[in-house]
Amino acid sequence: METLLQQIINGLTTGSVYAVVALGYTMVYGVIQLINFAHGEVVMIGAMVAFGVITGLAGSGLPASMIVAAGVLAAVPACMAIGYSLERVAYRPLRHAPRLAPLITAIGMSIILQHVALLIWGRNPLAFPQIIANPTVSIGLAEISAVQIAIILLSFLMMGGLSWFVYRTRFGIAMRATAENVQVAGLMGINADRVIAATFVIGAALGAVAGVMFGTYYGIAHYTMGFTLGLKAFSAAVLGGIGNLPGAMVGGLLLGLVEALGTGYIGDLTNLCQWPVVDAWLGERCADGAHFILFGSNYQDVFAFVMLILVLVFRPSGLLGERVSERA
Amino acid sequence: MKGRVLSRREVIGLVAIAAALLALPFVLASVGTAWVRITNFAVLFVLLSLGLNIVVGFAGLLDLGYIAFYAVGAYTYALLASPHFNVHLPFWVILPIGAGLACTAGVILGAPTLRLRGDYLAIVTLGFGEIVRIFMNNLSNPVNITNGPKGITLIDPFRIGDFSFSARSELFGLTFSGPIKYYYLLLVVLLCVIVINLRLQDSRIGRAWVAIREDEIAAKAAGINTRNIKLLAFAMGASFGGIAGGMFSAIQAFVSPESFILNESIMVLAMVVLGGMGNIWGVIAGALLLSFMPEVLRYSVEPMQKALFGRMLVDPEVLRMLIFGFALVLTMRFRPAGLWPETRHRREMSENRR
Amino acid sequence: MNGLAAQAGARSGTPESRVLSGQPSLVGETLLEARDIGKRFGGVQALKAVSLTIRRGEIYGLIGPNGAGKTTLFNVFTGLYPRDSGEVIFAGQSLRLESPHIVAAAGIARTFQNIRLFGNMTARENVMVGRHVRTRCGVFGAILRTAGQRAEERAIRGRADDLLRYVGIADRADSLARHLSYGDQRRLEIARALASEPQLLALDEPAAGMNATETAALRTLIEGLRADGLTILLIEHDVKLVLGLCDRVAVLDYGEKIAEDVPEVVRADPRVIEAYLGTGTH
Repeated sequence: METLLQQIINGLTTGSVYAVVALGYTMVYGVIQLINFAHGEVVMIGAMVAFGVITGLAGSGLPASMIVAAGVLAAVPACMAIGYSLERVAYRPLRHAPRLAPLITAIGMSIILQHVALLIWGRNPLAFPQIIANPTVSIGLAEISAVQIAIILLSFLMMGGLSWFVYRTRFGIAMRATAENVQVAGLMGINADRVIAATFVIGAALGAVAGVMFGTYYGIAHYTMGFTLGLKAFSAAVLGGIGNLPGAMVGGLLLGLVEALGTGYIGDLTNLCQWPVVDAWLGERCADGAHFILFGSNYQDVFAFVMLILVLVFRPSGLLGERVSERA
Repeated sequence: MKGRVLSRREVIGLVAIAAALLALPFVLASVGTAWVRITNFAVLFVLLSLGLNIVVGFAGLLDLGYIAFYAVGAYTYALLASPHFNVHLPFWVILPIGAGLACTAGVILGAPTLRLRGDYLAIVTLGFGEIVRIFMNNLSNPVNITNGPKGITLIDPFRIGDFSFSARSELFGLTFSGPIKYYYLLLVVLLCVIVINLRLQDSRIGRAWVAIREDEIAAKAAGINTRNIKLLAFAMGASFGGIAGGMFSAIQAFVSPESFILNESIMVLAMVVLGGMGNIWGVIAGALLLSFMPEVLRYSVEPMQKALFGRMLVDPEVLRMLIFGFALVLTMRFRPAGLWPETRHRREMSENRR
Repeated sequence: MNGLAAQAGARSGTPESRVLSGQPSLVGETLLEARDIGKRFGGVQALKAVSLTIRRGEIYGLIGPNGAGKTTLFNVFTGLYPRDSGEVIFAGQSLRLESPHIVAAAGIARTFQNIRLFGNMTARENVMVGRHVRTRCGVFGAILRTAGQRAEERAIRGRADDLLRYVGIADRADSLARHLSYGDQRRLEIARALASEPQLLALDEPAAGMNATETAALRTLIEGLRADGLTILLIEHDVKLVLGLCDRVAVLDYGEKIAEDVPEVVRADPRVIEAYLGTGTH
């Protein structure tokens, strides 16, 4: 029981991060109906920049929260700049080209970003300095750490802020109008170029914060981290219904939970020795309480993908989305 | 195109090319056997890019995990022809099995995805490439299937009766080393694959692929069952990958998950894009160019950096990936038809001039 | 469906009328009958129980003000949009509408309002693609270049050339479709549609964007198609063209059929006049 509760807490934490990253995918998709393949890389760069700042300030004697805040403040503009250039280089010039073209340039940009990061920050994983005393709070049988609380709160705050921005401000209305129909929005005096660029930039800013959260939570940053994280966040966006903001949030949290619970229990579930029939057949392999585990926690990264495939097979529109199959 | 009689000059040209290709391994061997091996791997990549070209170039489907099908073929061969399970089946039995498995994987992956918008296929294949790698790494426990990150060694070479492709043999007073024999085998396979590609391109199915790439709605309205035809392209590409993987396994005699990472998929994609999607000869040129590039970099960039800075600033491997990235971005932006545009466009241009 | 004409067309030198597969002997019989077709987009009822009957050999016009549901109905007939209710009987059989390729195989071919050609294929290849439903050679035949495959390819090619000649753009056969002039692109699209040996040819605003000369030429082409026994469903904005060309006309307004008759009667129908001029009596 306590593991269950603990897994749920852990799942909600990673799920919040996925949700924030997924927002970036879903916003861009909503506006230009294309996947931003390099979004995961933007998140990675955010983590890397924050890592640099936090490591640099670690010995300065400043309070830990201020150091992390400085990390975020450095990461956000850096990522916004990257998000903007991504749109300018990979997407805008190819807006009227065949759909394949921007996808290919985006994947190219993602490879470039990854290897530039490799050049700057090296091949090895970077360990975040342990500056935050991370007290844990017991709730019932499980524990939740201060960092986890901060991540969950901050994520919800950002999701709320974004929803307000998109649904309540003039610019948000322009964004939704552009998503609905670029030409018509243009006729209404909306500068579609600016809206699309802004969408990339806002997504990148969110991604930067997510990168910092992810880095501080796991205490590690690596130039390849954006790939898996991006893939998972995208799966989350599809799960919730791509192009749909609340969907990305729900999808992210759900994916976090599924992953945490799946990783926590798959070993037990696929331990063949627990089934008497198989136990007898396996004989000595199960002797002395030994385990015969088909799939262990090293398959953690598979869950998101399996979920993605299942969603695409059974409900391609996602939990909260509209139809996504080919349009006329 | 069809039934055209070759002119005298073309015949001479073809004979010259054939002679050069036949003599090439001996020239290379005189420089160093390593170059024959490098050439063999380059030809493998040409095979891969021609397979991916069917998917990306003809049908316009972005497959970002193509190397996974190569991996399926490679591991199939490795498991069925090595001491690992102590199974030693002949290659002509395993290669079709590998192609079949890769094809099946392609169909399982493509069936749910291909009815959706194109970018879903891209991300699903991206994920699939990663999943295959995770499985290769972890399927060593509790039953050792893949031997994990250590990979599988001592894989059998291709053998026909007593004739082994890895051993040295003498013929007509010439010494044929293992790599040279594989070179000729690869050349034959390559020739077959090129002929297959050319014939497909000029067929009812090939036209349907291009039609889908050009305008899917119009293709449907013209009576094409787009879902099946796309699946066909995807499955065919996967099968080609599977066959190339089996050959890779035998030539290298060793496979490990390392050989099948995302970067390899990106490399094959860069070859297709740089050469010009859908353009068979361009893709071959692109594949050759990018296959030999790492070697060129190794022999130029490394000593150059050491001479200039006294140490290595940019690892050639990183440089290679950066070049692939830039190749994708710049080609799509400035030469979307590839470095060597298709003859069809040229034909059209000359016709306009008339 | 009708292989005879296809084979005849594949041989060069046959009279051009044989290029088409219309069945003049059946003229006047019902070819397509739509019953109570309904379609809703979100909160908008785009089509309200529309029923209509198209007879073999006629040019059937579909007109109506903007947003009346013409193109929606068209897309339902051709399998592009799933319908919410109703059924379509085509050539005596219930028409499966779940996918455009099934509709094409059943014998309905279409063109698009905003021309949709395969831009980077030649004109001839575009028409060859149109033969897809009437041919069957697969991957293995293509790879092995079997005798059957070669014969089929020759037939496809011959037929494509016949059709290009029929619509009058034979000299552009080797040009890329996107390099053709606007009028020629329209013709090419019609040739591609004809390649699937349709019994019903559905034209979505073929005169859109054409000048008077081009429209006149198009009119001649369409009349020629009818003379060769083809049934034509024509959506058109150009009321004059429709009323001058069509044998019968249906008028849609707000997703409802408000009239269906010969042009002279439709022209005089007060509901039609009201729909078009909006005299606003309601």
